[in-house]
Amino acid sequence: MYKPLCRTTVLLCGLLLAAAAPADDVAKGLQIAQEQKARDTGWGDSESELIMVLRNAAGQQTERRMRTLAFEMPDDGDKALTIFDEPRDVRGSAFLTHSHPTAEDDQWLYLPSLRRTRRIATRNKSGPFMASEFAYEDMTSFELEKFAFRYLRDENCNDQLCFVLEQTPTDSFSGYSTTHVWLDQQHYRVQKVDYYDRKNSLLKTLTMHDYQQYLDKYWRPHKMTMHNHQTGKSTDLLLQSIRFGTGRTEADFDVNALERAR
Amino acid sequence: MINRPLTVLTALVSAFNLAAQDNPTSWYQNINADYSLQWQQRYYPQQGEPGQAQHYSSAAFSADWYWQSADRRHQLALQPYLRWDQRDNERNLLDLRQAYWQYVGDGFDIKAGVDIVFWGVTESQHLVDVINQTDAVASVDGETKLGQPMLNWNLHGSAGSLELYLLPYFRERSFAGPDGRLRPPFVVDQSQPQYESAQAERNLDFALRWSRRFAALELGLSYFEGNNREALLQPTAQNTLQPQRLQPQYLQMQQLGLDSLWLSGSWIWKLESIYRKTRQQDFVAATAGFEYTHVGLFGSNWDLGWIAEYQYDSRDQQAPVPGQNDIFVGGRFVVNDIGGTEILLGIAQDLDNSGSQSGKLEASTRLGNSSRLRLDAWFFRSDFNTDPLYLIRRDDFLQLSLDYYF
Repeated sequence: MYKPLCRTTVLLCGLLLAAAAPADDVAKGLQIAQEQKARDTGWGDSESELIMVLRNAAGQQTERRMRTLAFEMPDDGDKALTIFDEPRDVRGSAFLTHSHPTAEDDQWLYLPSLRRTRRIATRNKSGPFMASEFAYEDMTSFELEKFAFRYLRDENCNDQLCFVLEQTPTDSFSGYSTTHVWLDQQHYRVQKVDYYDRKNSLLKTLTMHDYQQYLDKYWRPHKMTMHNHQTGKSTDLLLQSIRFGTGRTEADFDVNALERAR
Repeated sequence: MINRPLTVLTALVSAFNLAAQDNPTSWYQNINADYSLQWQQRYYPQQGEPGQAQHYSSAAFSADWYWQSADRRHQLALQPYLRWDQRDNERNLLDLRQAYWQYVGDGFDIKAGVDIVFWGVTESQHLVDVINQTDAVASVDGETKLGQPMLNWNLHGSAGSLELYLLPYFRERSFAGPDGRLRPPFVVDQSQPQYESAQAERNLDFALRWSRRFAALELGLSYFEGNNREALLQPTAQNTLQPQRLQPQYLQMQQLGLDSLWLSGSWIWKLESIYRKTRQQDFVAATAGFEYTHVGLFGSNWDLGWIAEYQYDSRDQQAPVPGQNDIFVGGRFVVNDIGGTEILLGIAQDLDNSGSQSGKLEASTRLGNSSRLRLDAWFFRSDFNTDPLYLIRRDDFLQLSLDYYF
């Protein structure tokens, strides 16, 4: 929905920026990312109900249902617990992540049929989450230390003025060589992400829709669409409901609590 | 044998009723109810040595009711399980896999009732896992368990977790009946099990486990004292009126266990070891190995996990288990498709006897949103009549199961 005028401006801006010292772009990129993180700090804990709609290239759909509990850690990466409700054969399986800004994340999967908790090798983060177009690494919390940032340009997106950042994973085991992120300049909300594979080809595009504000501060998209350009498949992640201040404590995100996660 | 679980069931039902009186509308909404039905067909290409049949059908039903109080402090769980087998009466089962009340406090939780507890890290065998009796006729891998009545107290803190168990009632191991497969040529007479303990199945067993995580290392130390979950099979006195039978005998045992896991990149290194002492003997056994996962095989969505484990038992050739000096190698393919298709192929080779080996295939895929189709296959080879595998060398089988969840 952009206007031709904006396009010219963007091109102009791009040209001007290319001439600027790259160090400035790196500093500005980090600054923007820091502001993005700062604006999403202090939410405490949340509990959400999600539906995942998997769509193949022919348009056939399959649904998954799950709940995600999240817990903000002030001095560490966030903790997240995902409990699967559908499909029915995986009902009660629970996936626990302790993310860490500078070290590898810790992950466990609880299988109710065997009452067994398995440790997961988190290096395998590029694999698909529940056969969707989201990779495990797309589902983990946003930590500044996991990326190198560079400001690319200003550009209009979803009728708003956006920053475009280049966000390069610092982990060599990421499935992406780099990503481009569109953040709106008013609220620093992610509007769109382009993911480039290890061969630098455009792999996927994530778009965020229907942002709603909670606790007068925190914005959450109620629909996220991941489109895979190489396979034609796509996944919608629909946020059915989200609650904050659920009274969860850190102990609810302990490995020992997994068997009670229902 | 099911008297005890039924008492617990009655107690739980009254607990549910109490909760109902408290707040008649909201408690009911907090109950999670899940049910599953399974139909299973086994085909043995060869007739058994004592002449058993080749086709076996069985069906199973499981219900799972779970209630949690609004403050998440109290939980009630009830999971009855019912199994019917076409030919082998000893495979018919009514079990309570879960029937407990649990209270979760700050840094501790307590549980009273029946539950299943899993200890361990390895894939090819489970040495450390001793709380529950194995439902041995359910599956060859021994991963199906019978509910265990218990009082359990767990403490969680910065020094790790400490689990304490008082186990007031013992569940006998299940053995195939005369018409069942995967059994010794002599039938196990389960009507009169023998116990070393004068309290027999009411012997108060005791177990504890301490576990702690140090970054990439997970460590568990455990101790168990009480009725051995594994039975000694003693020939009954020869009698001209009756064919020779085997009688299960449960000795007292003490077991020290160690389970450990170390994560390094895509590698997970695993170790389980036990020292077990009974009146009859003491021995050491261990399983050690790794799991290595390769994601995105050949640029696809496929994952391939390699599993290799070495199995040791100090009883050597006298060990009543196949894994005394064996190596298990397996590959787990995860297709990452809509159906969640997985295929596990594994072979265990005896390093002392080249003619002794077993192999398994476990494959499954989802049909629609509520069913899972499974194909399992096992083969057993042995040329040595002292090898436990020798007894079941004619019991290779193919098994097709359909699970329906509702």
